[in-house]
Amino acid sequence: MLTYVAGRLLLAVPTLLGVATIVFMLVRLLPGDPAAVMAGPQATDADIEVLRHQFNLDQPPLQQYGGFLLRLLEGNLGISTRSGHTVAEEILTRAPYTIQLAVLATLLATVIGVTLGILAATRPNTKLDVAISATSVFGISMPVYWLGLMLIVIFSIKLHELHLGGLPAAGASDWSGFVLPTTTLALFSIGLVARMTRGSMLEVLGLDYVRTARAKGANRRTVLLKHALRNAMLPVVTAVSLQFGALLGGAVLTETVFSWPGIGRLLVDSIFSRDYPVVQGVVLVLSVTFIAVNLLTDLLYAYIDPRIRYD
Amino acid sequence: MTTPPSADITAGLAGTGSVDAGAAGLTSSGRAWQRLRGHRSARFGVAVLLLYVIATIVLPLVIHYDPNRNNLSQAFLPPEGGHLLGTDELGRDELLRLALAARFTLFVGVAAVAIGLAVGLPLGAASGYFGGWIDLLIQRLTDILLAFPGILLALALVAALGPGLKNVIISVGITSIPGFIRLTRASALSIRELPYVEAGRALGVASWKIVLRHIIPNSLAPVIVQATLQLGFAILVAAGLGFLGLGVQPPTPEWGSMLGLSRNYIFSDQALVTFPGLAIFGAVLAFNLLGDGLRDALDPRMK
Repeated sequence: MLTYVAGRLLLAVPTLLGVATIVFMLVRLLPGDPAAVMAGPQATDADIEVLRHQFNLDQPPLQQYGGFLLRLLEGNLGISTRSGHTVAEEILTRAPYTIQLAVLATLLATVIGVTLGILAATRPNTKLDVAISATSVFGISMPVYWLGLMLIVIFSIKLHELHLGGLPAAGASDWSGFVLPTTTLALFSIGLVARMTRGSMLEVLGLDYVRTARAKGANRRTVLLKHALRNAMLPVVTAVSLQFGALLGGAVLTETVFSWPGIGRLLVDSIFSRDYPVVQGVVLVLSVTFIAVNLLTDLLYAYIDPRIRYD
Repeated sequence: MTTPPSADITAGLAGTGSVDAGAAGLTSSGRAWQRLRGHRSARFGVAVLLLYVIATIVLPLVIHYDPNRNNLSQAFLPPEGGHLLGTDELGRDELLRLALAARFTLFVGVAAVAIGLAVGLPLGAASGYFGGWIDLLIQRLTDILLAFPGILLALALVAALGPGLKNVIISVGITSIPGFIRLTRASALSIRELPYVEAGRALGVASWKIVLRHIIPNSLAPVIVQATLQLGFAILVAAGLGFLGLGVQPPTPEWGSMLGLSRNYIFSDQALVTFPGLAIFGAVLAFNLLGDGLRDALDPRMK
């Protein structure tokens, strides 16, 4: 197991380096003089020079790259050109809101998705199965940003039932602001998790040991939940972790729809205000989180299923 | 938003219409065509796409309004009378702008997937066929591109390159490359072991010729399925960028940016929020259903 863990960790290093390189290149891709573009049309020459120096754009490219990587290793993501705070501070202030949303949506998608998947697998090719499969295709075809707006129209404007989205006032215990953003974010994943659970359950239900369990008289519920589901959950765990990453990406759009103060919203605002240190920081943090979640899933998977370690 | 779909996402949806009976005596492509024609959800997908194509060609000919001319006295008209879907915040005909936007959105999707194919297909085939350090290098590159969740890579690239049609196509195109690399590599790995490829090698055929003439053509079935699903995903991402204000810029009609602007009027005019999103949803759904049908038709074992 240790060899496997070391191997997987080593494999993550070039990926992290590649992500850091792309993030480094982002500012250098800006058309024309990057410092002038970042400073905006109203900037004076002095402002542009300050930015040029802050981004080390006055140094040779290799030195710029080396310096960028060294600062990252120190945990220094730079200073926001808009607020003057460190990028790390900006992200840490906003991150809890995104994490709350992503975790709640993952939980919702897992519980509903797995339940629907089991229902579909135990009744293959019935109307219910086809309906659940159809729902999953509808889910992956749905633009989350439109779904969010439609939920606002239906529940907040027409029915006056739910909070428009966005956080309750400080100290308030009203959680209804979470309902619409979480549902919006989760609906996309529900279909995928249901799909995955259905396929995996159908495969496992056809195996010999399940037939044996049935033959020796175990009741249907025990066979389904104790024997089949446990083994069918392995690929589902992977799907859920991949979905967690997709939810981090999806948060950019959902947070814009609901004016949610998370890091997705921070990213979009920073793009518009040309606050490139924050853009770089958020892209880096979201990608590294995604890599870490995938790595943890791989390790968890290998821990649960020894066959993977020896493959 | 989402990770790019893979060929197994829609597996099993209403794959009810496969027609195998009477297919004896046909070539394999003939059998695939017959299965596709009998596939109910694929037929629905094609019908919806045809509807979009017809709308984008015919509606501009029969609706005699200028799609980009502001007429504030006609703003926010409800769907009735001379304007079937009403007018937008600047008094422009909503149906006409939606129909014209279909051109941009479908073009962005097709162009982006073409970039993904043009880069991903040869890289994936080379990766699988040659193995060794070439494989290692290409796979690490793929890992890096896949490390950006969902829309993030396209968003970051557009942030750097700037908004606009060309940059959206490039950004979404780059996002679709890794999926094609992975898929073609997997096919190439199995094809390179087949006797006819081995025979080619034994006869001294150059490696690049084997890749071009045998590996790539024989990997096409799953790639066609992935390309169709990827078209839907590309449209979702491109419209998402438009929604955020980073895509094709107004006054050019584009579904995502139309939806993004309509947010400002969500309390007063819900029709404006409804139709552009419905258009995006319909197009993506159509490509996903067609991809599903193509998968069942090209490789019935994958069902």
